[in-house]
Amino acid sequence: MITVYVPGDSAARSVGADTIATHLVAGAAARGHDVRLVRNGSRGMLWLEPFVEVDVNGTRFGYGPVTSDDVDSLLDAGILEGAHHPLAHGTVDQIEWLARQQRVTFARVGVIDPLSVADYEAHGGLAGLRRALTLADEDVVAEVLASGLRGRGGAGFPAGIKWRTVLEAQSDQKYVCCNADEGDSGTFADRMLMEGDPFTLLEGMTIAGLSVGATQGYVYLRSEYPDAITRLNEAITIARTEGWLGNDVLGSGRVFDVEVREGAGSYVCGEETAMLESLEGRRGMVRPKPPVPALQGLFGKPTVINNVLTLASVPMVLADGASAYQSLGTGRSRGTQVFQLAGNIARGGIVETAFGVSLSELVNDFGAGTRSGRPVRAVQVGGPLGAYLRADALDVAMDYEALADAGAMLGHGGIVVFDDTVDMAQQARFAMEFCAVESCGKCTPCRIGSRRGVEVIDRVIAGVDREANLMLLDDLCTLMTDGSLCAMGGLTPLPVRSALRQWPEDFGGNS
Amino acid sequence: MSAFAPWTTERAEAVVTQCASRPGPVLLTLQALQLEFGYVHPDAVPLVARSLNVSRAEVHGVLTYYHDLRTSPAPAHSVRICVAEACQSVGSRDLMHRAESELGVSVGERSSDTIDLEAVYCLGNCALGPAALVDGQLLGRLSPPQMSEVIAALRSETA
Repeated sequence: MITVYVPGDSAARSVGADTIATHLVAGAAARGHDVRLVRNGSRGMLWLEPFVEVDVNGTRFGYGPVTSDDVDSLLDAGILEGAHHPLAHGTVDQIEWLARQQRVTFARVGVIDPLSVADYEAHGGLAGLRRALTLADEDVVAEVLASGLRGRGGAGFPAGIKWRTVLEAQSDQKYVCCNADEGDSGTFADRMLMEGDPFTLLEGMTIAGLSVGATQGYVYLRSEYPDAITRLNEAITIARTEGWLGNDVLGSGRVFDVEVREGAGSYVCGEETAMLESLEGRRGMVRPKPPVPALQGLFGKPTVINNVLTLASVPMVLADGASAYQSLGTGRSRGTQVFQLAGNIARGGIVETAFGVSLSELVNDFGAGTRSGRPVRAVQVGGPLGAYLRADALDVAMDYEALADAGAMLGHGGIVVFDDTVDMAQQARFAMEFCAVESCGKCTPCRIGSRRGVEVIDRVIAGVDREANLMLLDDLCTLMTDGSLCAMGGLTPLPVRSALRQWPEDFGGNS
Repeated sequence: MSAFAPWTTERAEAVVTQCASRPGPVLLTLQALQLEFGYVHPDAVPLVARSLNVSRAEVHGVLTYYHDLRTSPAPAHSVRICVAEACQSVGSRDLMHRAESELGVSVGERSSDTIDLEAVYCLGNCALGPAALVDGQLLGRLSPPQMSEVIAALRSETA
């Protein structure tokens, strides 16, 4: 029997993967072939979606982007034997775009059947958890600390320090909360991981929970990701049946379970304290820190809060040891980062590689420039609260510190490319508008400042009292930066100011 | 879209009872009510407050905070277009204009044949934009003509 892979990832489905899968199976049957269909995750080469793979004696051949009109010609060409076709990309592992990457966190995504227990274990699944169960809890935490793993959600705080704080806290109950409220535009790695390899996240959470003494985990997953919610819930059910979760994790006699909590459409709930409020069932409004969540988190108990990618990296850290992970990367940015190439980009998708790759390599080499074919004008790094960079300033290393030095931030690793038709004044206005819509309302500079920000930018664009309004906007940005409790109000000025500084001509000024 | 149950107090009480023992129950109870009825009926506020032993203000606060929760019956169809940066860079503004003119409404409004047009900030399909969620189904690489087709298809379903 021949195995055919058609991604069940929601991005692939959004461009017709379901129809392709149906046509392929029917077309193969009509030609007398018996095929086994696997709905894998996406390989992350999103411009090639729907990307069909055929396993021929253990070698996987790739074809894409496939439309339903192509299915017959693909089958007639003999793709079930790995034959050539105009849409063929050869052996998938040898596609340069993939071969140049270092897939660690995403090692299994797109490769395995996401809900297959056998696939998961055959590809190294559970090795991290099994090893963790042989170590003392402090040693597991020490290993994560030694790996240099930093929070992939955006802030980049060392995961091991959070874990140690929770481990050392005395409490009758502790929690692990996975932040899966991936709201930044240009980011989709959390979603793809949860859809393509959900057991990895559960394994990482279990390692976290057991090592710090927590028995319950929650995944706060945004409602905009219905497929990820379904997939993760299915994975949890399977993991309980297999004894990976529950009252006797892998026969160790130890307890850990996970529940998915669905968000309700609020960007700021990706901020960890707002997420806790929402998990507790309240308005998702930011809490002041201290107390830090590691000491007083969910329901006031010590809580590990990590992003999906952080927790999903943990099994590899434990399986291969801290030094293997630590050996990747640069400076204080250790391991790999999952970059997401998005927006107006010819070859968008997931690029996982060691820290230190340059933005130019990502945008121009991996990304191959814009999808529209026009010149790149601006690149926004790190989501809606990240700075815009000019096309001639992309020679910056992608790690936490180098980006900070360039006045930008890595955030969750999202990279959004714009061509030369973009109006940067509109982008600055949008940053303020987004803040006004999504502000939780706790801090006045964020709640009111963002509304005034939209109005002031509108006046600047209209040329009304331009100099005075620019000064006012600058004042407002300073106030929001200094006077907001969280990153929502505090960082909104970053894209606004970067646009103003680098593209004054779009605001009616002289370039 | 799937037919929702008509609002009745008895049915609502049954939904609330199922949620009441879970930790931090207010938001998830309101979500469960919306899943059952398509919206959260105003009468649910005192009912949830009483059942969960919290104030009505607390319930009202949660109900009005989250974009997803609505207090009037669900539309026949919903079109949610991503308007965040990645989709802006590949033409989401044009897509939204097309949807507005097809439906004869502005974003945030409901058409005369009860199709809701909403803006959403990121659907996680940022390399295949512009993206939209139509009746819960994610669509990518949408052009304005395709948006017209999508809306026509929704209308033929309703008719």
